[in-house]
Amino acid sequence: MTYDLRMGMATRDAYGKMLVEIGREDPNVVALDADLSKSTKTALFGKEFPGRFFNAGICEANMVSMAAGLASCGKIPFISSFSVFLMNKGFDQLRMCVAYPGNNVKVIVSHGGISIGEDGPSQQSIEDIALACSLPGFIVNVPADEVATRALVRAAHAHRGPVFMRVGRPKTPIVYDEGEPFEFGKGKTLITGDDLAIVTCGGLVAEAIRAADALERIHSLYATVIDMHTIKPLDIELLVSAAKRTRAVIVAEEALPDGGLCSAVARCLAEHCPTPIAFVALPDAYAESGTPAQLLEKYGLNSKGIEAAALRLAKRKASACREQPVA
Amino acid sequence: MIAAQKAQPEKLAEVAREIRRCVVRMIGEAGSGHPGGSLSIVELVTAMFFGGMRHDPTNPQWMDRDRFILSKGHGCPTLYAVLAEAGYISKESLMTLRKLGSPLQGHPDKRFLPILEASTGSLGQGLSIGIGMALAARLDGRPSLTYVLLGDGEIQEGQIWEAAAFAGHHKLDTLIAIVDYNKIQLDGFLKDILNMEPMAAKWKAFGWETREIDGHDFDQIFQAIKPVSGRPLAVIAHTIKGKGVSFMENNPEFHGVAPTRDELEKALAELA
Repeated sequence: MTYDLRMGMATRDAYGKMLVEIGREDPNVVALDADLSKSTKTALFGKEFPGRFFNAGICEANMVSMAAGLASCGKIPFISSFSVFLMNKGFDQLRMCVAYPGNNVKVIVSHGGISIGEDGPSQQSIEDIALACSLPGFIVNVPADEVATRALVRAAHAHRGPVFMRVGRPKTPIVYDEGEPFEFGKGKTLITGDDLAIVTCGGLVAEAIRAADALERIHSLYATVIDMHTIKPLDIELLVSAAKRTRAVIVAEEALPDGGLCSAVARCLAEHCPTPIAFVALPDAYAESGTPAQLLEKYGLNSKGIEAAALRLAKRKASACREQPVA
Repeated sequence: MIAAQKAQPEKLAEVAREIRRCVVRMIGEAGSGHPGGSLSIVELVTAMFFGGMRHDPTNPQWMDRDRFILSKGHGCPTLYAVLAEAGYISKESLMTLRKLGSPLQGHPDKRFLPILEASTGSLGQGLSIGIGMALAARLDGRPSLTYVLLGDGEIQEGQIWEAAAFAGHHKLDTLIAIVDYNKIQLDGFLKDILNMEPMAAKWKAFGWETREIDGHDFDQIFQAIKPVSGRPLAVIAHTIKGKGVSFMENNPEFHGVAPTRDELEKALAELA
């Protein structure tokens, strides 16, 4: 299967538009933002439904707890801000008011990862996915493109309980055909190959497709590409079957490697199917200012980075096979 | 039916005395808990459920009910005892406080006791939850009022002032905050640790109506909790930490320490 990966809209734009659509269908949907609605795109909802939109001002903690109060009276709050601010400044509130009582709040954060670029590390959210995954009962997902975002925002609305979703600032290539069905906890196998499996999410899905294409053309390595849009709950069945077939797994994630997709995949495979794994993620450090492309290149979070990891992993796989011949 | 009609003050004084007996026995039985800040709020919580609020113990999920959030969650023995007195939970269950499997968790937990409006225990969040409830009522055109009982130490949390600014800005006149101003926090006296004076002026500056009362006087409480039009209301209730038990009154040592067997007997004798 080939992908032309033509450029689509940013996933934050897809979120903002879909939220308006859902708002038209369900009068119980309300939206809250913390003075970043023009950036997170909840301003679109605020324009159409001013009575159901609450700008908390620069008060993330208050926003999260207010959403819990609204949810406990039957409203379905979608709360947004930059990921770095909502998750870090609102974390105890997410724990106490949302996760612990199981309130029906949707946490849709934008500007995740380092690909927000020039604003630098204070605005770059690299801990968010680990924080979200650490909250019991939360569904955690990172859509790959505008099509996935539309479907997953709809799924978030339909699901009763807390959902975290990270959407991005830059325009993102389109991976899916319009109307592709999505379900939380069910990953998507986009390409099937037997030499290794690339498991990823968000903007790196398109990069993994590009890497798989290069690996096949240049190195005759056939990669499986899995869009693991839902990190929690993880699609264990899909992951284990890919690991059994390929015996080599790369996890690529625009975040720290601890606590998010990298950790989830490693934990799953350690338990169900021990497999050599390579990680493409941020180092244990804060990044810097730069264009999104420069930063992703510097930290290896692009098709070239995935390709290089694949070649290293293929060598490890070969030596592991020599040491432990398959019976 | 709107249950728990306003009782006579002398009847309420007897209810309060019974609540105090329950509270010290519950905490004594549990071997841990927060007697000081539970005893300081007895009249405030009793007033809420016996005349202060519209609620119906036979229909706890009535959408038009007023909401009560115990933001200072560590005062929950008093809330549990009042809920039992009002008929929401059995009196027999009270002595299971803090025991494994009990609906009466160490801090209020909706999962175990769904009639609670909110799970609390991490200070500073109840006022924001209350705003959410007041906004929901406003959106739905329901008459519900939302009452939030705050600790005086609790309002040192920054989130309280985020919430105060929001409620003031949005003129949320269906929101009533009550500050249990007993002047003591875990480590000692507020005036020594982090003074929150001038208390009323702070709330006024955020756009709130304020009233200062004796938080152990039922008549003053009923007068003070009536909302005003056009702005949220903060009731600064001056109280005595450990109220009703001589050796606990104004004693920071009883913020979070259960009475011993001897102390329990002495306390019950004083409250007889």
